[in-house]
Amino acid sequence: MAQPLNFVLNVAETPEDHGQEPSPYDESEVHDSFHQLIQEQSQWVAEEGLELQQREPGAGGPETSGSGQQALPGPEDALVHSTATLRILASMPSRTIGRSRGAVICQYYNRSVRLRRRVSRPELKGVGRSARPSLRLYDLELDPAALQEEEKRFLLVKELQGLPVAQRDHMLRGMPLGLAEKRCLREESQTPTGKQRGRQGPRGLFPCCGRLRDACVLALHSLGLGLLAGLHALRPWRYALKQIGGQFGSSVLSYFLFLKTLLAFNALLLLPLLAFIVGVQAAFPPPAPPGSAPSFTGLELLTGGGRFTHTVMYYGYYSNSTLNQPCAPPLAGGQCSREAAGLPYSMPLAYLFTVGLAFFITCITLVYSMSHSFGESYRVGSTSGVHAVTVFCSWDHKVTQRRASRLQHDNIRTHLKELLAEWQRRRGSRSACGRLRWVAVRGLVWLLSLGTTLGCTVAVYAFSELMIKSPVSAEQEGALLALPVVVCLLNLGAPYLFRCLAALERHDSPVLEVYVAVCRNLILKMVILGILCYHWLGRRVGALKDQCWENFVGQELYRLVVLDFIFVLLDTLFGELVWRLISEKQLKRREKPEFDIAGNVLELIYGQTLTWLGVLFSPLLPAIQIVKLLLVFYVKKTSLMANCQAPRRPWLASHMSTVFITLLCFPSFLGAAIFLCFAVWRVKPSSTCGPFRNLDSMYEAGKVWVRHLEEAGPRVSWLPWVHRYLVENTFPVYLVSALLLAVIYLHIQVVKGQRRVICLLKEQISNEGEDKVFLINKLHSVYERKERSSPVGTDASPGLSSPSRLELEGGQPGLPSARTHCCAVYPHRVDNL
Amino acid sequence: MGNKQTVFTHEQLETYQDNPFRQRIAQVFSEDGDGHMTLDNFLDMFSVMSEMAPRDLKAYYAFKIYDFNNDGYICAWDLEQTVTKLTRGELSAEEVSLVCEKVLDEADGDHDGRLSLEDFQNMILRAPDFLSTFHIRI
Repeated sequence: MAQPLNFVLNVAETPEDHGQEPSPYDESEVHDSFHQLIQEQSQWVAEEGLELQQREPGAGGPETSGSGQQALPGPEDALVHSTATLRILASMPSRTIGRSRGAVICQYYNRSVRLRRRVSRPELKGVGRSARPSLRLYDLELDPAALQEEEKRFLLVKELQGLPVAQRDHMLRGMPLGLAEKRCLREESQTPTGKQRGRQGPRGLFPCCGRLRDACVLALHSLGLGLLAGLHALRPWRYALKQIGGQFGSSVLSYFLFLKTLLAFNALLLLPLLAFIVGVQAAFPPPAPPGSAPSFTGLELLTGGGRFTHTVMYYGYYSNSTLNQPCAPPLAGGQCSREAAGLPYSMPLAYLFTVGLAFFITCITLVYSMSHSFGESYRVGSTSGVHAVTVFCSWDHKVTQRRASRLQHDNIRTHLKELLAEWQRRRGSRSACGRLRWVAVRGLVWLLSLGTTLGCTVAVYAFSELMIKSPVSAEQEGALLALPVVVCLLNLGAPYLFRCLAALERHDSPVLEVYVAVCRNLILKMVILGILCYHWLGRRVGALKDQCWENFVGQELYRLVVLDFIFVLLDTLFGELVWRLISEKQLKRREKPEFDIAGNVLELIYGQTLTWLGVLFSPLLPAIQIVKLLLVFYVKKTSLMANCQAPRRPWLASHMSTVFITLLCFPSFLGAAIFLCFAVWRVKPSSTCGPFRNLDSMYEAGKVWVRHLEEAGPRVSWLPWVHRYLVENTFPVYLVSALLLAVIYLHIQVVKGQRRVICLLKEQISNEGEDKVFLINKLHSVYERKERSSPVGTDASPGLSSPSRLELEGGQPGLPSARTHCCAVYPHRVDNL
Repeated sequence: MGNKQTVFTHEQLETYQDNPFRQRIAQVFSEDGDGHMTLDNFLDMFSVMSEMAPRDLKAYYAFKIYDFNNDGYICAWDLEQTVTKLTRGELSAEEVSLVCEKVLDEADGDHDGRLSLEDFQNMILRAPDFLSTFHIRI
């Protein structure tokens, strides 16, 4: 809106003019705050001086206001509106909302009425683009006798009684009233017969019943609240998280909250496995293999082999028959001996379905929490408005420690300075040579990073081939640790290399730096895991033809999980503790090392991927992951408190949480699901162990069962029909995909439409502001003319000789495009018009 | 607080609490606006600053906290006070005014040179971190 404006200053009447009339300086007449505002503005005007052009008295025609202006004549002149105008302005609805209880109650009454009538979105049919129809559409409360506060309160209570309980609670929770008042409102709206109880003399039985029922409902309600409070208090690590949040802020806290989320996922995964697979097989142990079980040496804890091989921990232990069968298979061609009474339990089917179910539940939970987190953190237009968000939302009130608060002050100051610098730099453009250098440096660093990743991948591949070529005998089980150690070393060392490379490229925005680092580390980890998956399913299956390759894969994953934990401990020790000691003693710096949030979160995601990969072959792996996560929590917390400080760069906590849970869902869970599907559908299970030992693929167990059901006859179950026509047929898959695509397209269009609505509404708001200023000025001129014409004000002002009035004239007549507010012109806002 | 005192001097309390808005919070939640809170006011404050309070309620009270002169709008002077308190006065005056100007440019919807409650709430909607920062853990 860069229209040229002309400003003309009104050398207004001095306060002595308003002798008989109550003056704006009379506090009982005008709203307090307006008085203060007037005082401030007049002080400003007097001290700082407005940069305005003074208009010639009586001259016409607008002149453009450039940047050179003259100062306001005379410090004794003050801007004064007439008292009538001020009185009207002071009672504007927008001024009173939030000021008085009555206004709040009134506002919420209107809101609840609207809710009841279910008019939630503003109607758009009157929103035109050329005219200013807004005031016509506005439903002004034109009844002059405004209802008393008591009446409004009564009406509000009645409205609340009409709402369903959840909505009523939601509305009460959002009201900006005191707790005591909200409690009163809730009580009043909960007992609909409250008002009438006093008049119920002859009714007899009814008051008692009603009172008893109310008492019961209230008692149950308070019991429920008590339970909720108890559960709230039982949340694990409540005090530890509070400590961490108080000392380090929301950013570091997000890592520990992510850890807690992962614990929940693992517990969710473990429960069905324990209930349907592990527990049942432990109750009906299979016959022991020939030969004695190896004795327990400490090495099993690391390698997972030895004593642990033939236990519920691994796939090979599970039987491929139906457990608890009422009729045991005849041994020597005799009768059917009844062994046990109970439900026959088909182990292969249970194994397949339980693993599938566990994955399905995890998938649904992940997608739900990802979409919930996305909904919380993404907003239309959230990339703009960075300065406002920094100023208003960046102070973390959780931080209570002195040193941490000081750090926060420093961080905010640095962030503001960086934002200003970026804005100024964007105004200046970069030279061609500079741009070329920028692209070259970045290209080189990316090339080096990808080269490192490729090198690591080739190393892992070569080492795995070497391990296949030189098979390890049973006594040398420790040598099996070689491959996991190599993988963990690469996973530990490469991120440090990436960090050194990233120091070469200097990023403008720190958030981008974090994204790039996360991206590179993620690529490395996923590619290494991909190579390992190929190694297991592609090469090991062939190499271990007559042995139990599933057990081997399960043990490999166990080794990876355990060694990952050990290397996390080592990394914490060396990366944080030793670094702090070195930096304090040798380099004599007071700064502690920063807690690397992104790196640590990626470590957690990697560990969880390993667990998901290994669930099919080692059903107890989630339990080990749970133990590992518990230990990691305490280790990291201790190290954090002792050795680290919060990161200096601004960290958008909720945004990054969304990114992390998305990363958990997409490369991590999706990769594990693909691995699982491939293992179940395509790979031939080993013939010597496990629940699928005489089948061609694990999925065949399901097919065999369906065929069995089919043979039993169509009356037994509808499942074969479902299987034949919906699962094996490809048409339903196409149909469902088409439906999903249609739903996605619909949602995209809805979002586009909502964006347009937002633009229109923003324009409407801007128009309303202009209307308001126009009306205020008109009001002011009307009252001024009235005062001029009335006999009181004419004889007392000798200083009115140079009437330069504060007027607002736009480039076009009749369209005041004003950017001022009623009482003053902001000096620094004149420039950018 | 670690030691066994029962009565704390003003200086001790000041050093313990480092929230730059502590006085404003006390003023906003107290009944007469002078910082003396009754038990009900205290409960109100913790209720609003808890995890369960809805976003609009928090935005309403945050608006009141940042409105230093209690006129129902956040004007440029209020913004300058906020920025100065946030940075402990370590930004130069020019930088402070530049920041205030950018904030008004970004958040002022009806272009009247100051932020109304609606402008503020609209801006808060675009800041998903607000719920987690405007929160005191008990």
